[in-house]
Amino acid sequence: MIDPITLIVALVTISTPVLLAALGELVVEKSGVLNLGVEGMMIMGAVCGFIVANQTGSPTLAFIAGMAGGAAMAAIFAVLTQFLMSNQVATGLALTLFGLGLAALLGVGYEGQPIPDVAKPLPEALRTIPIIGPIALGHDLVTYIAIAAIFAVWYVLKHTRTGLIIRAVGENHDAAHALGYKVIRIRCMAILFGGAMAGLGGAFLSLIYVENWVQGMTAGAGWIALALVVFAAWKPGRVLFGAWLFGGIAALQLRLQTTEINVPVALLDASPYLVTIFVLVLMSSDRAKAALNAPAALGKTFHASG
Amino acid sequence: MKLTTKLLASAALATGLAGGALADSHDPFQIGFIYVGPTGDFGWTYEHDQGRLAVEEAYGDAVETVFLENVAEGADAERAIQTMVLGGADMIFTTSFGYMEATNAVAGQFPDVYFEHATGYLREHSNVSTYSARFYEGRAVLGHIAGNMTESNIIGYIASFPIPEVIRGINSAFLHARAVNPDVEMRIVWVYSWFDPAEEGAAAQALIDAGADVIMQHTDSTAPQAAAQEAGIISFGQASDMAQFAPIPRVASIIDDWAPYYIERVGMAMEGTWEQADTWDGFSTGMVVIGEMSDAIPEDVRVSAQAMIDAIGGGEYHPFTGPINRQDGTAWLADGETADDGTLAGMDFYVEGITSDIPN
Repeated sequence: MIDPITLIVALVTISTPVLLAALGELVVEKSGVLNLGVEGMMIMGAVCGFIVANQTGSPTLAFIAGMAGGAAMAAIFAVLTQFLMSNQVATGLALTLFGLGLAALLGVGYEGQPIPDVAKPLPEALRTIPIIGPIALGHDLVTYIAIAAIFAVWYVLKHTRTGLIIRAVGENHDAAHALGYKVIRIRCMAILFGGAMAGLGGAFLSLIYVENWVQGMTAGAGWIALALVVFAAWKPGRVLFGAWLFGGIAALQLRLQTTEINVPVALLDASPYLVTIFVLVLMSSDRAKAALNAPAALGKTFHASG
Repeated sequence: MKLTTKLLASAALATGLAGGALADSHDPFQIGFIYVGPTGDFGWTYEHDQGRLAVEEAYGDAVETVFLENVAEGADAERAIQTMVLGGADMIFTTSFGYMEATNAVAGQFPDVYFEHATGYLREHSNVSTYSARFYEGRAVLGHIAGNMTESNIIGYIASFPIPEVIRGINSAFLHARAVNPDVEMRIVWVYSWFDPAEEGAAAQALIDAGADVIMQHTDSTAPQAAAQEAGIISFGQASDMAQFAPIPRVASIIDDWAPYYIERVGMAMEGTWEQADTWDGFSTGMVVIGEMSDAIPEDVRVSAQAMIDAIGGGEYHPFTGPINRQDGTAWLADGETADDGTLAGMDFYVEGITSDIPN
């Protein structure tokens, strides 16, 4: 009925943009900053990547531009929240609105313009290997980067000194400051990393997944990424699981329709959001556990005067 | 900082006044268009915008057009239409089904402004007309081609919302595919959007994975064409020609040509001869056109498709001619009977042979 192999291929592709953005946001939140502007950074990545791809014909430059676009938005957020000490929630929301508007403005006239095909990294012949070929060897380079990044982020946060410092800043910025760590500088780096990852996710959307620029094309992916971080309890491995779960539901509901099993489509469409709410409820019921997982200084403004 | 605010405020005031002055003099005649997608969708909205440009071309300086893209259907649309009227528009075309209530609500508040609503049926005020095209005539021809060309006997159909307009198109395409290929099955995926390239592309992929080798769409983006191209199957341009995907995957297209209607109605409004109307045109007036059939279609199918276009356009053949049963097996049209416009306009059932259910 539903071919599991094509389903897996589809869900891995669908989940890649959200996975990248969520992973970036995870690092940002681990450093104690809540940036709700993921959607705005993603769409800027999508438009910047698309424009550069159209102008230069180089996918590599396009992805770099996408990351730069997301990071530029993040830089605005960093200046406002870290140096001018504005409220992180309000600034993040404003960043989303600003990003959506600015991207629409930049993208005028680029809808439907040609962009180069992005070549897949592995040779085509490998894709004919049964089962393993299509599932594991036929993806785009960015998809492999996203999955590799999961392991890299996990390793860095868990097993390196850098990760320890990031976590220290996120758990108790005053203590980290007293120990001599540059809280603001570390947070700015994390915010820029988050922006670049969101931008890369956006560029994947416009350059590979849709192969077109369309105003508002992220369609809430940034918000799903934010929910994913909470869903994953700030653990990189669970971000991967969550992204594939959400992507799987999206891919599955379309396939269920083609098999003519009568399922309420609207309910399935809403299911990722329902799952998010469900998980949030479950997590909040175990207060001690949630409190252990969320960075203690998340969303709090730091000033050296203490 | 304060100075900037002041400057901005006075600038806004100045433009506002200028706009007001223009509106008062009623010269030129201002026409507003409300679009559901971007003008660059190369589909539905693109064609409406071509109609707008044709109006500008036809009347030159006597008219001025404004448009708003990506206006969400529903309550937000009402605000957009109101803003346009307050900005001085004398006539407004709202170009998506979901603007129906909003258009009528604003029309009630501004009886001196002409409103034209595409694909709706509600005309609560004398200054509201509705217009639509008989897309089902085009879908019949596409169904005929699809039924002839499918090898897997599975036609994939990307549907937007379960409204009569879309259901009619599915029925028409299915009937004419079945007519030439009794083994044809139609798989329908609802994406609940007119324009969502990511979702449309994913839906196309799902249909391809389910074995479809022909994709039809009632959504506005070219994403399904890109998916069809990658899979090496065929598709049809929707609303606009989508010629950038010809000759394959796009083997033909269903084009909406609004320009003649827009020019005619704007002319009437300017002369003061505008009257409320309910227009529903198809092949015969050129409101629906089948785009060039590419060489990928076998010669004999091109000939028979052209014959069908001519017969429908000439009024000799109606795409819904009995005997046709409803999906549940009850009789709808007797042998030789043709569907009346009332039933077509409110069509909420599938014809016999379609195996899935209409979502509610």
